[in-house]
Amino acid sequence: MKKTVQGIATIGVTFAVALAMTACSSKPKSSANSSSSTTPNSSSPASTAPSSAPSSSSAPVTSPSAASTGSAKLCMVLDTGGVDDRSFNQSSWQGLQDANKANPNIQISYVASNSQNDYTPNLNAEVSKGCDSVIAVGGLMADAVKSVAAANPNQQFAEIDSPSAGPNDYGIQFNTAQGGFLGGYLAASMTKTGKVATYGGLNIPPVTIYMDGFWEGVQYFNQQKGKSVQVLGWDEKNQKGGTFAQSFTDQNKGRSITQSFISQGADIIFPVAGGTGLGSGAAAQASGGKVSVIWVDTDGCESAQQYCSVFLSSVVKGLASSVTTYANAVASGQKLGGQSYIGTLANNGTGLAPFHDFDSKVPANVKSELDQIKSDIESGKISITSPSQPK
Amino acid sequence: MSETPVTDVASSSPQPGGPPSRARRAAIWLRSTHPVMLTALAFVASIVVGGILIVITDTPTRKAARYFFSAPGDTFSKAWHAVSQAYVTLFEGAIFDPHTAFKGTFWQALNPLSETLLNATPLILGGLAVGLAFRAGLFNIGAQGQLIFGAIFAGYVGFAWHLPVVVHVIVALIAGVVGGGLWGGLSGWLKARTGAHEVITTIMLNYVAVYLLGYLLTENGFKRSGSNQAISRIVDSNARLPKLFPEPLRVHTGLIIALLAAAGVAWLLNRSKLGFQLRAVGANQFAARTAGMDVGRNYVVSMVLSGALAGLAGCSQILGTNTAITQDIDAGIGFTAITVALLGRAQPWPTVLAGILYGAFQAGGVTMQSRTGTPIDLVNVLQSIIVLFIAAPALVGAIFRLRGTASTSGQQLAKGWNG
Repeated sequence: MKKTVQGIATIGVTFAVALAMTACSSKPKSSANSSSSTTPNSSSPASTAPSSAPSSSSAPVTSPSAASTGSAKLCMVLDTGGVDDRSFNQSSWQGLQDANKANPNIQISYVASNSQNDYTPNLNAEVSKGCDSVIAVGGLMADAVKSVAAANPNQQFAEIDSPSAGPNDYGIQFNTAQGGFLGGYLAASMTKTGKVATYGGLNIPPVTIYMDGFWEGVQYFNQQKGKSVQVLGWDEKNQKGGTFAQSFTDQNKGRSITQSFISQGADIIFPVAGGTGLGSGAAAQASGGKVSVIWVDTDGCESAQQYCSVFLSSVVKGLASSVTTYANAVASGQKLGGQSYIGTLANNGTGLAPFHDFDSKVPANVKSELDQIKSDIESGKISITSPSQPK
Repeated sequence: MSETPVTDVASSSPQPGGPPSRARRAAIWLRSTHPVMLTALAFVASIVVGGILIVITDTPTRKAARYFFSAPGDTFSKAWHAVSQAYVTLFEGAIFDPHTAFKGTFWQALNPLSETLLNATPLILGGLAVGLAFRAGLFNIGAQGQLIFGAIFAGYVGFAWHLPVVVHVIVALIAGVVGGGLWGGLSGWLKARTGAHEVITTIMLNYVAVYLLGYLLTENGFKRSGSNQAISRIVDSNARLPKLFPEPLRVHTGLIIALLAAAGVAWLLNRSKLGFQLRAVGANQFAARTAGMDVGRNYVVSMVLSGALAGLAGCSQILGTNTAITQDIDAGIGFTAITVALLGRAQPWPTVLAGILYGAFQAGGVTMQSRTGTPIDLVNVLQSIIVLFIAAPALVGAIFRLRGTASTSGQQLAKGWNG
């Protein structure tokens, strides 16, 4: 679909369109929220060494806000979608920008990929540019990173959304099912109609992992409380079903999906669809307080402030902060290749954002239950079954 | 190449009375609307427009422009620096790079050319696919879907079957051709049987192919197990198109296939009875029908062939350039192929040149973006503007004050043949 639109634009591009396109992509939006400040609502200490983290996770323990003193040249290869995609490209680049802001000796640059054919040449071009580390964004680039890293054993790489692919490659992944679980439990606790809903942008694992977590959180609530809150739009047991907007940008689609959920009785919506989810914000706002939304990836009250009043909370992914942490580690001379980091609740790689406007409306017992669930997930007492979890 | 295409009225340069001198003839030619001249001027125009865009979007230039009236020279030097650097690195990435040429092996020096040809391979095949349909009077917008189908078939054979060396890659190629041909033929059949316009059906079948691929990428047996990405299994090394040169050059035998396909299409169109029929139907379906040709059959045949060529482009993608299918396996080639065919005026060898030019743009764009930070989108803009000028020859004629009527094949391409 995206390609079709792009293709039609290629045929009929006018100067104006071309100009706008170039202007947009050359000037990264700085409005992305800095998710280095995404602290979950719970009271657990932040940024401590995760003693109970999964064994494969060797999380960098330095706090992202603590700027390193060294210098480094960091080059980022973005996936398709552009630097202003309000999603993982933008968050990853934000992470580098934060590192550069705190320590101007960290030089940063990025190249965008127009298609998957650009992965390998982009990686090669960045290698020949002489970077201390080349950061590849997006798990689909994993094959290309693997072969380029093997051909350049002295070059450090990092890859987002994929495990380490060699002794000179650092993997950065997120188990957002854990954050989604908290979101699902919160939604189930707060619903008045007994129905909550979620939908995705596309049926791909990085999206459905959130929906799985959300679904499991609701099931856990039902099991604990003997209730039967329903989830519309997704069922972890049926990975091919579910409601998907087939777009990460189409707000009207998001709005119409949300309207149909509302008419089926849902009063809390969890869109996992990037900019499409803004349509849910609009629909919730139009409902006059009956419907609320749980935002995804970033703290919605920072990245989509106009709908803050309807955001119950957000399930965040600490992408930017993990990139910042990695940048600082590289600047201080560390070579992290061969290891992998998995963002979890325990290391603040994922979690719930503050409740903001809903802080007074969420009962204290729900907050303490969420804290309890968080530590139960960290300790392994609650096991999450989503098939999309990073291993 | 001595073709006499039915529809081509390219050599319409005015003939003044009496034998003119050589210099005068050259001058006339330079100011005529000869297709080669028109293409060159469109290229120049796109470089100029691209330069303006680079200047507008270049941060140092914009900063200098703020104090333009106190030091205008600053703005111009910054602007010149931005534009020249962008185009120099574009060249370095596509043809020859003095920064890396002397550092590595001999092969390293050829890397930019290899990248150009690598990018050109699927574009040539896609351009031939669209061009062949053009010549038969069909506007095949469905190269994307046909390419995806070719890639699905070829890729599946590539990773699910395990055959001996040589045999495997040939079987995978055949599968890709069949996949693309079926998908293209479906549109031709719909047109022949029901009169459904091929523009509509091919666009719609693109969506079907895109979403079918999305579905397959969630399906066990197609999806890579253990991966949490929407990506297929990896194609067996036996099924991959062999590289033409040693590492690190990536250009593969798909290029040879593309050139053979161009030769085949040239022969088909200009030397064979079938090609004559296709062109006749393309020129005037009513006349062709009156002459006793089966128009519907020709629609089906030309769409099958067109789809098969697009399927080969898919083979180049999955068996050559990449090793696994993702949702993005088409990589925009299906649509760029339309512009390649327009630039090549739907003739086989000019399409090859157009494909190489666009391949050079894409290869150079990567280096340009990496070294100067100029967005790679500029490449799309350049490609589009070239075609825009070619599709509107009167525009180029007016800009460069060319003589002669502007009614060349370009205009016909812009209008299409059957509407």
